[in-house]
Amino acid sequence: MLDFVQQLVSGVALGCVYGLIALGFVLVYKATEVVNFAQGDLMMLGGFFAFTFIGMMGLNYWVGFAGAVAAMALFGMLAERIVVRPILGYPQFSIIMATIGLGYFLRSVAGMIWGTDDFKIETPFSQGVLRIGSLVLAHDKLSVIAATIILCTLLWLFFNKTALGTAMRASSENMLAAYYMGIPVKRVVSIVWAISAAVATCAGVLLAPITFIHSNVGLVLGLKAFPAAVLGGFGSIPGAVVGGVLIGVIESMAGFYLPEGWKDVAPYIVLLVVLLLKPEGLFGLHARKKV
Amino acid sequence: MRFLFKTDYEDDIRLFPHSGYVVSYGLLFAVLLIAPYVLSSYLMSQLVFVCIYATVGVALLILTGFTGQASLGHAAFLAIGAYTAAYLQKYNVPFPAYFLAAGALTGCIGALVGFPALRLQGIYLVIATISFAFIVEEILARWESVTNGNEGLRVKALSLLGVTVSRDSPTFYFLCLAVLVLTIVGTLNLLRSPTGRAFVAIRDSETAARSMGVNVALYKVKSFAISAAITGFAGVLFAHKLSFISPEMFTLQLSIEFIIVILIGGTFSLHGAVLGAIFIVMIDPFLTYLKDDMPGIIAGIATTLGAGTATAGNIQSEVAAFASLNGLKGAIYGIIIVLFVLFEPLGLYGRWLKIKLFFQLFPLYKRATFKRQKIYVKSERNR
Repeated sequence: MLDFVQQLVSGVALGCVYGLIALGFVLVYKATEVVNFAQGDLMMLGGFFAFTFIGMMGLNYWVGFAGAVAAMALFGMLAERIVVRPILGYPQFSIIMATIGLGYFLRSVAGMIWGTDDFKIETPFSQGVLRIGSLVLAHDKLSVIAATIILCTLLWLFFNKTALGTAMRASSENMLAAYYMGIPVKRVVSIVWAISAAVATCAGVLLAPITFIHSNVGLVLGLKAFPAAVLGGFGSIPGAVVGGVLIGVIESMAGFYLPEGWKDVAPYIVLLVVLLLKPEGLFGLHARKKV
Repeated sequence: MRFLFKTDYEDDIRLFPHSGYVVSYGLLFAVLLIAPYVLSSYLMSQLVFVCIYATVGVALLILTGFTGQASLGHAAFLAIGAYTAAYLQKYNVPFPAYFLAAGALTGCIGALVGFPALRLQGIYLVIATISFAFIVEEILARWESVTNGNEGLRVKALSLLGVTVSRDSPTFYFLCLAVLVLTIVGTLNLLRSPTGRAFVAIRDSETAARSMGVNVALYKVKSFAISAAITGFAGVLFAHKLSFISPEMFTLQLSIEFIIVILIGGTFSLHGAVLGAIFIVMIDPFLTYLKDDMPGIIAGIATTLGAGTATAGNIQSEVAAFASLNGLKGAIYGIIIVLFVLFEPLGLYGRWLKIKLFFQLFPLYKRATFKRQKIYVKSERNR
């Protein structure tokens, strides 16, 4: 029983990271119907920025964190401006390819700049543990869970209570109609990319104590976050987080209870089964085209 | 410029619209036939890989380019073909038998993948195929009695009609070339048959295809099966060419390379698959060239431009350092994909068409001829 709870918590913590990356996918997809295959690499880059600020320049953890988030938000806007804006409105396949290319590029360049070693960021909660009875919970895992809850609440408030959030939802429904209604669609898309890059950075920095940062971490985790987003139904913010947590829990349970090798495959098997039964994901909207 | 007057419905689906095609493809084929006696063994090896990659590219074109079903799992089909060949070879099954068996098995598995794919669209399909590829990769690594796990399997040289064909011999190249040519001709014939027209109809609009009486489910599964089977054939050749296979050769990276093949070549024409394959295979020799010869050449240019020996040496070492950077290949891949998507979505073949049209219409060329239309309203979410 104790083992089970232990696995559950670490699964949820890992799942929250997947959920945070998936959140980035979902934000971009919701607003622009672009599937950003480079999201994991944005996370990796955010982690490296934070490492540069904190580990190499010796800034305070929180200052470095904020700096990395701000830098990545700018970078997200830049990436949107250069790579995505010219091909908005083209078939999804081209956009997927463009973001795959962007991901390749970021991964290689990060490898060139920071090398291919593993890096570690010292965080204020790296050391501490919380003991409840004989249950031992590491602070860095709890911090991931807490941060995910906070970020989700903020995003939910942002999307539902602010004018900008409403504008984003409007342009996701129909870009052209939103444009006619006076919504500055281009700026909205830019901001969405900035937010999604910032969220990815949060994931990257929170992740740093759990799995180290290296130039391929984005690919590895991005490929886990994709099933999370799809499982939750692409385009649903709570779905992304729930999907992420599910994937994380399945993975850590499979790693503990099933023979070796199942850990990496179990999330994908569950994903295929869910897609077979419910092709639009758990929380996805089932839309039909009217002719 | 040659005008094609079509006076018959049959004219629309001719294999060769006019004699010029026969002549130019015949010449190309002749050049390819004498190639092994002219080129160095390294280039021949690359040419074999071009044939294999182009075969997979054509297979992927049938699925992605013509039926509109994106797949990032083709490395798995290649792996299944390769492993079937390697496994059956251990039991002394003759080459033609296991070649066909690999294709048949991969085709069946492709059809099985096609069934779940029926209900999936766009991004969901991409993720499902990636998941399938991961599961296959893991099975290959774990099913040690058959696949020998991560140790990998040795593949003996293939023997055809009692003659051993080594992987570097011209005969092996001719075999790969034959498979490629048969695949291309077969695909061309497929595409002008009712099945091929149904594929294209599904790609353009599933709803419209269904309302025209196309059995969408059947044709999607067919498309998956055909594409997988061809990839399986290519897998057999791949296994023989490498003479050693292990699970980590068939990763997502390889699937993405196949997508790059059809993207760079152009996703609407079979020429594209071949051009893209040439591109992907030649990027490694290009990087070697960049590393070995390029620094010297640039330094030479700098010297002739009047730079001192010391400066030229500096330039040489800097260029060499840049060319041997870790991950340069990935960066080049990335940049090239992005540039192609942004500026030349029709691929290399599209560029060739534009050049051809420019000369055909010489003073009257309009840049907007190939302009794509942006569609802001048509959401792929509710298709």
